[in-house]
Amino acid sequence: MSRYDYPRPAQDEITPRPLFLSRRQIMAGIGASAASALTRRVAEADTLKTHPGPYSAALTPTPRDDVRNYNNFYEFGMDKGDPAARSGEYHPFPWTLEISGLVQKPQQIDVAGLLRAADLEERLYRMRCVEAWSMVIPWNGLPLHQLLERAEPLPQARYVAFESIVRPSEMPGQRDDFSGITWPYREGLRLDEALHPLTFLAVGAYGESLPNANGAPLRLVVPWKYGFKGIKAIRRIRLVAEPPPTTWNQLAPQEYGFYANVNPQVDHPRWSQAQERVIGSHSLFGEKRQPTLMFNGYSEQVASLYQGMDLREDY
Amino acid sequence: MKKHWRFVLYPLGLLPALWLLKQGIDGQLGADPVNVFERGLGLWAFRFLVLCLCVAPLYAKTGLNFLRYRRLLGLLAFFYASFHLVAYMGLDAGFNLSILLKDMTHRPFTILGMTAFTALLPLALTSNRWAMRWLKRGWKRLHLLVFPAALCAMVHFYLSFKTLNDMSAFYGALMLCCIMVRLPKWMKGIRKIIPYGRAI
Repeated sequence: MSRYDYPRPAQDEITPRPLFLSRRQIMAGIGASAASALTRRVAEADTLKTHPGPYSAALTPTPRDDVRNYNNFYEFGMDKGDPAARSGEYHPFPWTLEISGLVQKPQQIDVAGLLRAADLEERLYRMRCVEAWSMVIPWNGLPLHQLLERAEPLPQARYVAFESIVRPSEMPGQRDDFSGITWPYREGLRLDEALHPLTFLAVGAYGESLPNANGAPLRLVVPWKYGFKGIKAIRRIRLVAEPPPTTWNQLAPQEYGFYANVNPQVDHPRWSQAQERVIGSHSLFGEKRQPTLMFNGYSEQVASLYQGMDLREDY
Repeated sequence: MKKHWRFVLYPLGLLPALWLLKQGIDGQLGADPVNVFERGLGLWAFRFLVLCLCVAPLYAKTGLNFLRYRRLLGLLAFFYASFHLVAYMGLDAGFNLSILLKDMTHRPFTILGMTAFTALLPLALTSNRWAMRWLKRGWKRLHLLVFPAALCAMVHFYLSFKTLNDMSAFYGALMLCCIMVRLPKWMKGIRKIIPYGRAI
C-alpha cells in the first residue's frame, strides 16, 4: 500500500480544543438546550481516531480550506461558497441513520457513536465533479458494506436508495429555492456498487469530523463516480428491488444518468469531460488542468462491475 | 467636452475586467479562479448588453435620454464578450482544439454563446460614423442583429448554471423585458408590410 502524507499544522499552531469549543458554543447561540449543546460539542469538533485504509493512491491532497469552502450542497444555496457561509444554523447532532427496506435486520445507527469508533479508516480519494473540476480528499470513515452487512440485505434487494435530510429551518437553500429540486436530495447505487470495497461512508475529512459544508454528519463517497452521487447528510438508506429515483437524474435526465461514472469519453451535453481543472492552485494563469481518467482512475477496481454495458447508454 | 467624457467612461467600464484580473493574479478568486474569471466576464458582457437595450425604451417611455451612451454600452458588451471568449478558449479549454471544435459543433450551450458573439461582431465593427454613412439605411437593419444576439446570450446565460437560479432568472427577465417592450412597435412595422386580412 502506498504511503501518503499531507500538510498538517504544527502542534503549537493548533487552537487548544477547549478554546475552540467554547467559541463554537457561543456561536451556536443561546437558544439550544444544555443537553443538546453537550452532544454537539462531542461530535462537531472531534478529532477522529483513524488509521490509513486501503486504496489510498499516492496523491497530493487539496488544501483543506478549499475542500471546506468550495462545495455543491444546494441545501445551503447554489453558490460554491454558500455551504460554508450559510450552514451556521445547521446543527446535525443528535443523528440517527436508518437502514431499512429489504433487509433482515433494520438498523437505527447513532452516528455520534460511529464517530467515536476506534476503527475509522482514512482514505485519500480523487474526487471528480461533473462540472469538470477535481480535488483529492483524505476522507475518514468506514466502507459502506460494513454497515449494509449489519442489516443483512435480503436476496431480493438489488439497489440501495439514499435520502438526505430535510430541515428548512436550518437549511436556507431548502427555503428559498429556485432550482426545482424536490427535497430530500436522493441518490442511489446498484447493490454491488454499494457493497464494493471502494464505496465509503465518510464521517470526517482531514482527520476531523465533517464540517457542515462537506455534508455533516455523514456522507457517501463513491470515488469512481461524479461528485453529485456522493449524497451528503444521509438520513435514510433503503434497500430496494428497483432502481430508485435520483435527484439530478430527475431534474435533467439527458444530462445526468443514474450511473454517473466518471468517463472522459462521454461528454456532458454542455461541456467536455475529457479534462478537469485541478482545484487548489488559486492561480488564474497557472491553474492546473489534467486529463480525466476512466472511472476517475479506479478502473482496475471497478471496471468489471460494468462489463458488457454500453457506458454511452448508461452514462 | 462631450467627447472627453468618453475617455473617462471607457476606462470606467473596463474597471470590472481589470478588477477581476487583479484578483486573479493575486489569487483572490477562490478555489476555481478560471471559472470565476470566465463567468465574471460573461456576466459583465450580459449586463452591458441589457443596459444598452434599455436605452431606447427608457427614452421612449420616460424621456430620459441616454442615447449618447448607447454605443459605449454596446461596445463594452462586445469587449466583455470578447474577453469572455478568450478566457474560455485559453484559460478554460487550454486552447485544446479538439475540445473547442466539439464544443462549437456539438453543444447548443457553446453554439449559442458563439452565435451571440458572432452577431455582435459586425455591430462592433460598424459602430462608427464612417460605417453609418457607408451603409446608409442598411446600418439600422444590420443593427437589428442585436436582438438575436441578446436572445442567444440569454439562453446561453441560463444554460451556464446547472439549474434555474435567482441570478439567471433576474437577468433573463430583464432581457426579456427589453425585448418585449419593443414588440408593439415591431408588430406595427410588420402590419405596414402585411396589412390585416392578408396575413396568412
